[in-house]
Amino acid sequence: MTELFGYILISIGMLFNISGCIGLVRLPDVYNRLQAATKCVTLGTILLLAGAALAVGSGAIAAKAGLCAVFILITSPTAAHAIARGAHSAGVALTDKSIIDRYAEEK
Amino acid sequence: MIIIFCTGLIICSLLCLYRIGRGPTAADRIVSIDILGIVTVGFCAVMTLVTKQDFYLNVALAWALLSFIGTLALAKFLEGRNFDD
Repeated sequence: MTELFGYILISIGMLFNISGCIGLVRLPDVYNRLQAATKCVTLGTILLLAGAALAVGSGAIAAKAGLCAVFILITSPTAAHAIARGAHSAGVALTDKSIIDRYAEEK
Repeated sequence: MIIIFCTGLIICSLLCLYRIGRGPTAADRIVSIDILGIVTVGFCAVMTLVTKQDFYLNVALAWALLSFIGTLALAKFLEGRNFDD
């Protein structure tokens, strides 16, 4: 039962991962790609780690998977923020359909 | 079942590699490298199902740390600064 639940979690996480990577390919500019890919892939990988910990069902694996999940949850938005700030400072243009740029107004 | 999971993660990696090769600006490539690192952590989680041991999660922890530091360094480089300021 626990193993089945773990496999279900891994399947859901895999769907999130694939949709995030499709967003990475399909969306028009850097900021949209960053948004889609970072959020979806972070949640998908955390679900993968949780599912692996449930499916194996060992204490050491659960502890390490939890540590890894917390670490990804902290570092992934930080890296995304740094990339977005760097891209905006480097002058990467927004897509044509975007209507407002608050960060450029505030500077 | 594990074959299906590995196929899904390989599809994710190929999409990231497509964006790395195609991406018009350097920021696209840096985003793709970041995402590829996180997908690799998920790959380590799936490999844990195969081996039933915990050493792949050590690899996952180290990989997440190195991917984060590398992404921060690349983002700082993109911003036009040197590595020491």
